[in-house]
Amino acid sequence: MKYVDEFRDPRLIAQAADEIRRLVDPGRRYRIMEVCGGHTHAIYRFALEDLLPRNVELIHGPGCPVCVLPMGRVDDGLSLTGDPSVIFTTFGDVMRVPGRHGSPLERQAGGADVRMVYSPLDALRLARQNPDRHVVFFAIGFETTAPSTAVTLRAARQVDIPNFSIFCNHVMIVPAIRAILDSPDMRLDAFIGPGHVSTVIGCRPYGFVAREYGKPIVVSGFEPLDLLQSIVMILRQLREGRAEVENQYARVVPWDGNGPALRALAETFDLRPFFEWRGLGFISQSALQVNEAHARWDAERRFPVPGIRVTDPKAAQCGEVLKGVLKPEQCKLFGKECTPERPVGALMVSSEGACAAHYNYGRRRTAVA
Amino acid sequence: MCLAIPGRIVEFDEADQHLALVDVSGVRRKVNVDLLQDEPLERGDWVLIHVGFAMSRISEDHAREQLRLLAMLGEDRQAMQELEGYEFGEGPHRPRPPGEEAP
Repeated sequence: MKYVDEFRDPRLIAQAADEIRRLVDPGRRYRIMEVCGGHTHAIYRFALEDLLPRNVELIHGPGCPVCVLPMGRVDDGLSLTGDPSVIFTTFGDVMRVPGRHGSPLERQAGGADVRMVYSPLDALRLARQNPDRHVVFFAIGFETTAPSTAVTLRAARQVDIPNFSIFCNHVMIVPAIRAILDSPDMRLDAFIGPGHVSTVIGCRPYGFVAREYGKPIVVSGFEPLDLLQSIVMILRQLREGRAEVENQYARVVPWDGNGPALRALAETFDLRPFFEWRGLGFISQSALQVNEAHARWDAERRFPVPGIRVTDPKAAQCGEVLKGVLKPEQCKLFGKECTPERPVGALMVSSEGACAAHYNYGRRRTAVA
Repeated sequence: MCLAIPGRIVEFDEADQHLALVDVSGVRRKVNVDLLQDEPLERGDWVLIHVGFAMSRISEDHAREQLRLLAMLGEDRQAMQELEGYEFGEGPHRPRPPGEEAP
C-alpha cells in the first residue's frame, strides 16, 4: 500500500479494515456516499477504496462548493465587473472556475479588477481602503463558510460601509442530501456525514435521513482512520438493521452545532425559494440569500444581474459524476479535453472535486461493475 | 475550500473584541473569534480556523493531528499561505512591505 506508512497508526488502520471485511455480507453490494469535498480529497489521497472489499463502493457526492455552482452564476457574478467602479473579490478556489467568457482569473488577465481574498473580512477591508470603489464579495461555500459571510455582513451593517456587497451563492448540504435521496436513479445504502459543515449545523438536521429514508448517516472526521471507523459504524448499523445518526467526529462536532454561527446565519440570510445546483438541477430551499435587513449589502439587489443560465458542455458529464451515476474516468472528456490545468467542468477545478482528485491520485482499483 | 487550520490563541485584541492573535507553526495573524463567543475561550487554547474565523475549539492533540493531516493531504503550504494572506487584522491601511505585491 503506497501511503500506508504515513498512516498515524497502521495497526489500527489494519484492524478497521479487518472489521469492515468481517461486517460485510459478500452477497450484497454497499453504496455509501460522502457529501464533503474534504472527505473526497482524503479518500483519494489515502487510496482508502483499496482497503475496502470490492462490494463496498464509495460514491463521491456533491460536497465541493465550486463543483455544484452552475456556470451561469459565475457569469452573473463576473458581469458586475463591467462596471468600472467594481472590485470583484472571491476565494482562490473560484478563480479558476470556467465561466462562459472565461474564469475570474482569465477575466483578471483581460483587465477586469478581480482580486483573490482569503477571508470575506479582507473584502470588507478592501472596501474601507477604497471608498471611491464598490467591492463585491462573490461568496461561495456550504454551512461551514456561510457564517463567515454572515459575520462580515453584520460588520458591514454595524460600521455602515456603503461601498460593499455580497453576491451570495451559499448552499446547504441538507436539502441536497434530500434531493439525492429523492432522485430515482440513485440507490444508496448510507451516508458519511460532512465534518466541518456539522461543526456549524450539528447532527440533528440529518435526522430525516434515518427517520424518513431509513438510511444510516455517520458524521466523520478527515483522518484515514476516522473515515474507516465511520464505514465500520455504518456497516454495523446496516448489519443490525438500524438507521441512526451517529457522530464519529465528536471531538470537534457538537451534537447541537455552533450557536453563534447559527444565530449569525439567521440574522443575515433568508432561504431562497429554489437554487440551481450543477448536476442536480433546481433544489427548493437549498441556498441562502441576503435578507431584507441587509438589502443594502446585497449585490443582487444593488446591481442589475442578467440571470444567465448556461447548459454544461454536452460532452462533459459533470452531473452524472456528481450524482455518482458515472465514475470520473467514465466521462468522455476525463483526462483528455478536461484536465486540472484546463478544466472544462468544475469537478476538475478544485482538489475536492471527484475528477481532480481522481486525476491527481489516480486509481488502482477499477469500478465494481 | 474546507481547509481548517489549527492555531493557538496568543492574545486577545484589546482594541477590537472580535479579534484574537493566533500562532500557527510560528506564523502569527489575527483571526475573528465571534463564532466562539459562547465558549470560555482563553489564551493558549487551540482553535480550528477557516477563512479568517475561529470555528471550533479543539484539544492540543487534535491540533497536532490536524497539522499532520494537512501535511499528508499536501495542503500545509496552502494553509500557511491562507493564514499569511489574512490582512483584516492589520488595521485598515497597513503599508505593504517592499517586495510584497498587491493581490
